[in-house]
Amino acid sequence: MARFKSVMALPNDSTKKTLAVAVVMCLACSIVVAGAAVMLRPLQSANAALDRKRNILAVAGLLQPGQDVEEAFANVQRRMVDLETGEFTDKFMDVEYDQYVAARDPELSVAIPGDEDIAGIGRKARYSEVYLVGEGDDFTQIILPVNGLGLWSTLYGFVSLDQDLKTIQGLKFYDHAETPGLGGEVDNLDWQAQWKGKLAYDDSGEVRIQVIKGVVDENSADAAFSVDGLAGASLTSRGVSQLLRFWLDEQGFGTFLENLRQQGA
Amino acid sequence: MMDADTKKVVFDPLVDNNPITLQILGICSALAVTTTLAASLLMAVALTTVVACSNASISLIRNHVPSSIRIIVQMTIIASLVIVVDQLLKAFAYDVAKSLSVFVGLIITNCIVLGRAEAFAMKNPPMISMLDGLGNGLGYSLVLIVVGTVRELFGSGTLLGYTILPSVNDGGWYYTNGMMLLPPSAFFIIGLMIWGIRSWKTAQIEKAEFRISDAHSSEVL
Repeated sequence: MARFKSVMALPNDSTKKTLAVAVVMCLACSIVVAGAAVMLRPLQSANAALDRKRNILAVAGLLQPGQDVEEAFANVQRRMVDLETGEFTDKFMDVEYDQYVAARDPELSVAIPGDEDIAGIGRKARYSEVYLVGEGDDFTQIILPVNGLGLWSTLYGFVSLDQDLKTIQGLKFYDHAETPGLGGEVDNLDWQAQWKGKLAYDDSGEVRIQVIKGVVDENSADAAFSVDGLAGASLTSRGVSQLLRFWLDEQGFGTFLENLRQQGA
Repeated sequence: MMDADTKKVVFDPLVDNNPITLQILGICSALAVTTTLAASLLMAVALTTVVACSNASISLIRNHVPSSIRIIVQMTIIASLVIVVDQLLKAFAYDVAKSLSVFVGLIITNCIVLGRAEAFAMKNPPMISMLDGLGNGLGYSLVLIVVGTVRELFGSGTLLGYTILPSVNDGGWYYTNGMMLLPPSAFFIIGLMIWGIRSWKTAQIEKAEFRISDAHSSEVL
């Protein structure tokens, strides 16, 4: 304490005092910041979880204005899927699991070969959450988490497929940092509304859905597989196409969806 | 209650020495977050808290800050406060915090905060520094609330989410003014406010730095 006082008594611009002030202040500030972060984390994660549920409901078109999120979510079940085998699994069923955190864990993830990594994400988790709307295995919609690189940022979102496992019910990104007004227009509700009813796969089972440049010509043969491009955001639009292609194909949920189709048939 | 000096410190920044309309500081966030009144209010509270607390804490240690690192010291304190405010918002006002996104973090670079720290808090005792921060925060808030009210009312026909002017899209009669939702409209509103305030308080009108010669060529001859 005496030593501290003697340092504080030095002239302000002496090297010793400058260093001492810098160190003490950094310590004090880091304690304040770390304390706030740690103490508020439970509240923040509860908010984030609620927000996630809200997004899942929104992509499925199940959220009525003013409705309680938890209540609306009662009809949605969370399941885990092993992406490689394409089967439901019990792993991580009852624990908190973030597949994007798992994707960074070598134990829980696999590297994606460069030429197949069209979504630009590098690694993917072995197990993914999916959400089924409805009771038991009898579902009306299936909601899949998707992510991929846009222009500046990784876009995180959900795509919802109808029970025919072909028709898109909705697409929504809940986290991205694309340019507001250009790529950021992925949040535009009018643009999101276009996705409803588009076909993700053609009859041969190939992923065909894509965001095109410009406006979709309703008379073209590809109209059912195409969505208007975002003006001034070619790379974000391309990113959205690529990430859907990735997650709907074999690298992503392709095997799983194929299994479901077999079971249905 | 308050002596004249204290009153001056708190109330001067509201109109007479407003950080936005007179000093033209903190314009960036005033353009960005004022599309809705709710976001403006939250931003106003966040900034006022940060500037009051940063002024108080910087003033507390002002006699021990080496001048060679004083800006870094101020920035570190401001940045820490902003992070704490950001964390609090994420915990207690998640939705609005999300809509403010990066702009809460950008309070760190708001000229008003560093400006008050450097201009006032480094030279004055903590209590009056805090009041100065509070006054400047309120001055900023006042402008944000006016701009936010105008933009939400004419841009969406609502205030705090409640419909005031029923818009055509919802079956009403009001054609919403889309420009109000874009950043340039805040420029116009702030510009009009500055015009209005300077017509009222003529002391704020700056002397022209030069005058365009109005001599006609025929007069010269």
